[in-house]
Amino acid sequence: MKSFNRVTGIAAPMDRANVDTDMIIPKQFLKSIKRTGFGKNLFDELRYLDEGQPDQECTGRPLNQEFALNQARYQGASVLLARKNFGCGSSREHAPWALDDYGFRCVIAPSFADIFYNNCFKNGLLPLVLSEAEVDQLFSELYANEGYELTIDLPSQKVLTPSGAAFSFEVDEFRKHCLLNGLDDIALTLEQADAINAYESKQRESAPWLFDAVKN
Amino acid sequence: MTAKTLYDKLWDAHLVQQRDDGSALIYIDRHIVHEVTSPQAFAGLRIAGRKPWRVDSILATPDHNVPTTIKERASGVSGIEDPVSLIQVQTLDDNCDEYGIVEYKINDLRQGIVHVVGPESGACLPGMTIVCGDSHTATNGALGALAHGIGTSEVEHVLATQCLVAKKMGNMRIDVNGKLGEGVTPKDVVLAIIGKIGTAGGTGYAVEFAGDVFRDMSMEGRMTVCNMAIEAGARAGMVAVDDTTIEYVKGRPYAPTGENWEKAVTAWRELTSDEGAHFDAVVELNGADILPQVSWGTSPDMVADINATVPAPADEPDAVKREGMLRALEYMGLEAGQKIADIKLDRVFIGSCTNSRIEDIRAAALVVKGRQKSSSVKQAMVVPGSGVVKAQAEAEGLDKIFVAAGFEWREPGCSMCLAMNADKLGAGEHCASTSNRNFEGRQGYGGRTHLVSPAMAAAAAIAGHFVDVRDFVRS
Ligand code: SF4
Repeated sequence: MKSFNRVTGIAAPMDRANVDTDMIIPKQFLKSIKRTGFGKNLFDELRYLDEGQPDQECTGRPLNQEFALNQARYQGASVLLARKNFGCGSSREHAPWALDDYGFRCVIAPSFADIFYNNCFKNGLLPLVLSEAEVDQLFSELYANEGYELTIDLPSQKVLTPSGAAFSFEVDEFRKHCLLNGLDDIALTLEQADAINAYESKQRESAPWLFDAVKN
Repeated sequence: MTAKTLYDKLWDAHLVQQRDDGSALIYIDRHIVHEVTSPQAFAGLRIAGRKPWRVDSILATPDHNVPTTIKERASGVSGIEDPVSLIQVQTLDDNCDEYGIVEYKINDLRQGIVHVVGPESGACLPGMTIVCGDSHTATNGALGALAHGIGTSEVEHVLATQCLVAKKMGNMRIDVNGKLGEGVTPKDVVLAIIGKIGTAGGTGYAVEFAGDVFRDMSMEGRMTVCNMAIEAGARAGMVAVDDTTIEYVKGRPYAPTGENWEKAVTAWRELTSDEGAHFDAVVELNGADILPQVSWGTSPDMVADINATVPAPADEPDAVKREGMLRALEYMGLEAGQKIADIKLDRVFIGSCTNSRIEDIRAAALVVKGRQKSSSVKQAMVVPGSGVVKAQAEAEGLDKIFVAAGFEWREPGCSMCLAMNADKLGAGEHCASTSNRNFEGRQGYGGRTHLVSPAMAAAAAIAGHFVDVRDFVRS
């Protein structure tokens, strides 16, 4: 998993409440055998004017110019500014996969749906809760300033705005530790690599046939 | 030293680290991979920039989606007509090529159902921990190994770390003593066990199958039994190592040789439960009481003896079970009190990881030889479990026996066991199947599956309805 320490990037608005995971990534894209490549279909129904099909090349599709992510000023955004109850609906892990694949590292909202919130942490994406008033303030600053960037500093748990304001946020200690170090379940097991290696060496000695290679 | 069960020994030998919360890191010796449950695991590995921990511990083969007609198989992956299946099989090829994983590709002679290929190739050995993203991985427990199915996230975990985070299960022993009657097969034994303990009877346990019946059983028979441990709720089933085990393994392509063979055999001889070892639960059956079994419902514990009748829900005291029986009879289109032998079949499927090994094919061929498929049976197909099984059967002329009797002789794969490829039941059709699951819709939308042994399936294909294979062979 990608680690998350301090991220500075353009913020893009997703200015509506109750954005569900179906909106984040519609169901027809779940047939994929991959965990990557969902970025081009992130917010597919809002982003394009036609109906998206799995495995479709998206470059020639008609764009909804009204939609923020299609506007020049938000290109390359890595922070998504959103409204309350973001990520509700189906539990699909494809939602954080799609946000991550698009390039987002952090979603800021006044509240998140539970499962989505959990899924984000498993994928190196930071779901960050600020108060409604703070989120309102960020929205108005963002609309007023082209190229508006936010800095998310996880160690100090602060969101820093271009004007120098700092908003504090809460995050569970263990999750913070995992994000800072890029630790997922696998990473946690890999922290025990020495133990695994030691076990292997001992076994190679006593039961070498277990290590005969599967060959073609 | 305290007496240990076989499972205790296998667990202890693979313990890398015990954690405070009761979970443990268990080392995995062999990882078998197929096309359905691996793509996201490989993708996850790639996103994280990881590599498989021990590439040469992995063996892959496509099985669930591969077509089983010669025509569709002829041009390999690109000839697969269903686009989703094609992508899955192609993705497995791509992933294996990228990471240098040995894969028995679609038209490789060694390709087949993962749980047939593992033991057959010698990739799965006694004393190993074996995992695969498939619940019937317990088949390998017949070798005296700890084998069970895992989910896709665990597939990724094992790829990356060679370990599994697991909690130790309880120990259960299922004793079947005495001698099996003529015409009674390992499939009947395991169906009878499931009928007795139910589909959750083994939940939370690693099950050891013990007693004369298993000692007398061939390795392939033991695989049939361990295969269905999961249908009794147990993630792992196993049989202790004996001469039969060692004879079976000897000379297999990946079996140890020379000095390593001698050392291995010495170690494998220890793979039995110690005298006096503690089991949390013990179940006993008398082998002589077991008759050929036929499942009549939509759960593998809904089984009856061949000479019995479909049970009456009214006689069931437990309300929940009674409800389940009513629903099952409705789905299956059967009446309480109807003779099992009167159930007519539309199709017959001989195959799956439960019963597609050479002994299964031989048992079916013995019944079929010199006879004809009933005209009322639309289709009877035999799908060998691997290319190796298929070649062996052909060398023995078994394919000709089937074809002469009006059966179809197919290419290896899972086929109609789960109907992920083109082989499916139509709605309302009754099928005598040697597979392991009779859930609603398992073999096709609305399809009605009856689980039986290969000999019973073959006999049903000839008669057009279920018959007691024991009378049938004698006649
Ligand atoms: S034969 Fe059936 S049960 Fe066995 S692995 Fe294939 S689909 Fe699963």
